[in-house]
Amino acid sequence: MTMISLPRFGVLALIASVIVLPLSIARGGEASGLKPASAFAGIADRNARSTAIFTEMGKVLMSPRCLNCHPRTDSPTQGDAMLLHVPPVTRGPDGFGAAGMECATCHGPRNAPFGNGGGSVPGNPKWHLAPRSMAWQGLTLGQICAVIKDRTKNGGLSLDQLIDHNGKDELVGWGWNPGPGRIPAPGTQAEFGALTKAWVETGAACPK
Amino acid sequence: MAVEFLLNGKHMSFDGDPDTPLLWVIRDHAGLTGTKYGCGIAQCGACTVHLDGKNRRSCVTPIDTVAGKSVTTIEGVSGPIAEAVQKAWVAIDVPQCGFCQSGQVMSAIGLLAQKPKPTDADIDAGMAGNICRCATYVRIRQAIKDAANAKVSA
Repeated sequence: MTMISLPRFGVLALIASVIVLPLSIARGGEASGLKPASAFAGIADRNARSTAIFTEMGKVLMSPRCLNCHPRTDSPTQGDAMLLHVPPVTRGPDGFGAAGMECATCHGPRNAPFGNGGGSVPGNPKWHLAPRSMAWQGLTLGQICAVIKDRTKNGGLSLDQLIDHNGKDELVGWGWNPGPGRIPAPGTQAEFGALTKAWVETGAACPK
Repeated sequence: MAVEFLLNGKHMSFDGDPDTPLLWVIRDHAGLTGTKYGCGIAQCGACTVHLDGKNRRSCVTPIDTVAGKSVTTIEGVSGPIAEAVQKAWVAIDVPQCGFCQSGQVMSAIGLLAQKPKPTDADIDAGMAGNICRCATYVRIRQAIKDAANAKVSA
């Protein structure tokens, strides 16, 4: 099949008329890893060990891959710089966007590379915003910890279910496969799940 | 393996790179140029089509993700909502340069399909991803309201 060139005047016209922010901003550097739970075995105090494990989990929880869709407003942020989402979107009644402008209007079942160059639109079949009760942006790690443990805010998840959620949930897993133009969450989802399990088993203590 | 899908009700087959954007296939393979290329990164809405009846930016839709689905473009959209939108658009001369308008119309139809009587806030939220460099936003909003009222009174 022969591809013909597309009308570039449209590109110039529209880009000239608006400030177009990239969906993602490529940054240099490698994502740092996660320490295994065994790295904290030397901490004799159980509560202190649990807190240290959660602090390690915080590297993931406070990465842009997680925080962007746990906003404190009704609109997500985007990219490694966590800028306000462009185009402007709202959560709608269920976190999946407004009528006519759903998350799925742009975000498909998988990451989609831009057809005209570097970068990609992130995608996952479950793509949506976290509920208002799980707003993490602006919270300290200790506050995030408290919210995560609160079944009235976390979607009714028990601590055991939280292990499964962190270690196996497909949308959570996207954080380690974010597509071109985004730094993945630290470590792997399996390591994050293992840390969550160790945190729960040591009493699920929260940092102050 | 070729990707099979419906384009405006007709069977389509595309045997190429599975990452090829749907917009490329619509314009270059099927020859339907009503759907426009604006930014290529889902920032402007000019490439909006309907995928199984819902608004979708075709420039960031890999062709393999539409397998087995139904794609409708500005050339194929029809029905009472589409007719009401078309009449409302013509009645108050919504377009200026017109480049973004097929995307605007498709988004408006997609919005009205879910919100038959949209409020200003519904329109602002539903149309937020469709940019018009001529700033015809006020007429777009009015035409959507007119189409909604016309459909209700029809």
